[in-house]
Amino acid sequence: MKSLIRLLAVVIALSAAPAWAAADLQINTPAITQLRESMHNHFHQLRDYFASGAVGVTSDGLLAVRDASLIPLDQRQAVNALVAEDNQNRRALYREIARENGHPEWENDVRATFAQRWIDRSRPGWWYQKPNGTWVQK
Amino acid sequence: MNRTVLLVLAGLMTGCVTINIYFPAAAAEKAADKIIDEVWQLKPEGNGKPAQPKEESKP
Repeated sequence: MKSLIRLLAVVIALSAAPAWAAADLQINTPAITQLRESMHNHFHQLRDYFASGAVGVTSDGLLAVRDASLIPLDQRQAVNALVAEDNQNRRALYREIARENGHPEWENDVRATFAQRWIDRSRPGWWYQKPNGTWVQK
Repeated sequence: MNRTVLLVLAGLMTGCVTINIYFPAAAAEKAADKIIDEVWQLKPEGNGKPAQPKEESKP
């Protein structure tokens, strides 16, 4: 009987550990940190285009050039390239977070969560896309 | 007696698996907010004051 109780205690301790570990998602791996830094650098270069409405936040967790006419001609190519690079980072970020936390199948859920939070946290004046594809200004 | 213990063990193990199958939405939101803060510099670590962007349109 005593040994059974001891066994139970061990099982409870073991089963509780993953529950605590699951309280936070791991986002501090080298790969994820590198993506965060890269996206931060992109934002510095894209900030004015967010403010002007040239670049907006899409409904699926990415960025888009929503009005290229707002970008001076000689900067358009660079902005397009930055947005494309940032979107690569974003896709990799969602994939990595799911993978590093042991559930690659969570990728779409991670992406949907980010999509909502990017929009919620957008600054006044920025543009974001609704699920039906229309653009709205915050 | 043994049977009861086995049932309890089975229950605990099921619970353990369940925890990890479902997408942890709250944890994901927390992770998203942390990363968004950093990428968009809405709340830099340290002084707790929002970063002052070059141009910010007011509501």
